[in-house]
Amino acid sequence: MPNKESIVADHVTRRFGKKTILKEISLEVFSSEIFGLLGPSGSGKTTLVKLLAGIDEASSGSVYMGNITLPRREMLSKIGYMAQSDALYEELTAQENLDFFASLFGLSGKTKRRRIEEVMALVNLQDAIKKLVSSFSGGMKRRLSLAIALLHQPKILILDEPTVGIDPILRVSIWNELRAMSDEGTTIIITTHVMDEADKCDRLAMIRNGSLIALGSPDALKQETNTSTIEQAFLTYGGAQA
Amino acid sequence: MRIRALVFRIWRQFLHDKRTLALMLLAPLFVMTLISLVFNGSTYKPKIGLITMPTALSQRLATESVTLSSYASPASALSALKNQSIDAYVDFHHGQLTIKLEGSDPSTNQAVLMDLQKLTQPTTTHQAFKQPMISYLYGSASMTSFDNFGPVLIGFFAFFFVFLVAGISFLNERTTGTLDRLLATPIKRYEVVLGYVLGYGVFTIVQAFLITWFSVDILGMMMTGSLFVLLIVTLLLSMSALTFGMFISSFANSEFQIMQFIPIVVVPQLFFSGLFNIATMAPWLRWLSYLMPLYYGADAMRNVMIRGKSIDVIGIDLLFLLALSLVFIVLNVVTLRKYRKV
Repeated sequence: MPNKESIVADHVTRRFGKKTILKEISLEVFSSEIFGLLGPSGSGKTTLVKLLAGIDEASSGSVYMGNITLPRREMLSKIGYMAQSDALYEELTAQENLDFFASLFGLSGKTKRRRIEEVMALVNLQDAIKKLVSSFSGGMKRRLSLAIALLHQPKILILDEPTVGIDPILRVSIWNELRAMSDEGTTIIITTHVMDEADKCDRLAMIRNGSLIALGSPDALKQETNTSTIEQAFLTYGGAQA
Repeated sequence: MRIRALVFRIWRQFLHDKRTLALMLLAPLFVMTLISLVFNGSTYKPKIGLITMPTALSQRLATESVTLSSYASPASALSALKNQSIDAYVDFHHGQLTIKLEGSDPSTNQAVLMDLQKLTQPTTTHQAFKQPMISYLYGSASMTSFDNFGPVLIGFFAFFFVFLVAGISFLNERTTGTLDRLLATPIKRYEVVLGYVLGYGVFTIVQAFLITWFSVDILGMMMTGSLFVLLIVTLLLSMSALTFGMFISSFANSEFQIMQFIPIVVVPQLFFSGLFNIATMAPWLRWLSYLMPLYYGADAMRNVMIRGKSIDVIGIDLLFLLALSLVFIVLNVVTLRKYRKV
């Protein structure tokens, strides 16, 4: 019986023109888990994430959230999406960026101000809130982008390569926060090509050339392949495929 | 060697971007073709209305390159003049030639006067006439070509810059990924388009106001109609430029490619906007002008500035501008489907 916030992909294929980016992917993301999508760049992670977020539509197969078929505009209010590119308005300040997206999610007045303060504290950017985004470093942009995704306290958080360019100490604190959010019931889907981050996920899907090559908890995957690291496990699955 | 490497790299880039290549090679041909079509049309034959005219005179006039038509009374000739079915009418009483010109286009005025001047010169069959009495319905003998072109240019520049800015900023929204992020929120597609229209609309109002004020008060352009009506025309024209620019931007992947659209979709509008007399253009070419926002905008601006017409006369132009904007708005909402299916 799928929980209300679980997401199911059922034989999903996505083509762009003649090019097939995703082939027959079936998986389920359980409610309030941290689900990792692991794969090299160009493997189709971003495309899959967009399908799971209900932004894009599959060429064949379906994606469900609970018993609702995606894509559906109303469901987007439940989703916090952080794209791979920082997708910020560089000519605005951090505050103005936050204000814009908060308003799009229907936050206003006191709630909006409170949430903006909370998320900025979380990514440790309070001091830079009045600064123009164009003056931000790469890591600061990444953090602001993450802060925006968290603004409306989404039930489902979808993060495409969230920790690229973020310093290790802050990365740890972000992961702690993600863990805390998942404990409180938020479902988190995260893409990464960093193997040690993959280890922190509850379950992992390994993707290569648009196909799902393995699915399970990090420990189970390592056990199954008789390897000690996720990287080796990935190589084994990849090798078995080729 | 390094230079050769650079040269090869540039060639390769061009070969990868066939559109840019095509633009550089073909667009000039396209623009030159248009210009030749505009200028190689047959020379303009002034349309002259006759009221009472001695047969000898009208026979002589008929040998000139003019189109003649007869009117029973000055009143019917005047109404023909007003709806621009003739450029001038002449009347002859007691050896006095009276000429009334429509007057809004200095080059047409000149063509009419040149032809009529020949009549008043003495010939073997009759002696010289008195100096003809010349009057103008709109404009005057002192009207300059700038007064005539001016309204079109105001329209063109208002259109051009709004088009560029709207096109590029909507493109940036796409290329920086903010459009994806925007569409990952529950915002509706039409809300995105209307947000843009209203957001930029405010600036187009300011632009419309500045450009008309500057032209009339600073450059001293002829202005007989109401400034308020003129502002409405400029505003609607900018609105069509805004929605059109957004639409075009979805076919471009870089600012550079937006620039490439200028000679294709903006410059031709200038030719069809009445800067040149389109009456001499091939008829199949003329219908193109009915698809161009600038055609309606320029027509309305001229009517207001030179002829002092009010909103009931230019209403049809405004209606077409509004309709074109609406069409582009709908097209924009539909094209956004490319980025989010719902």
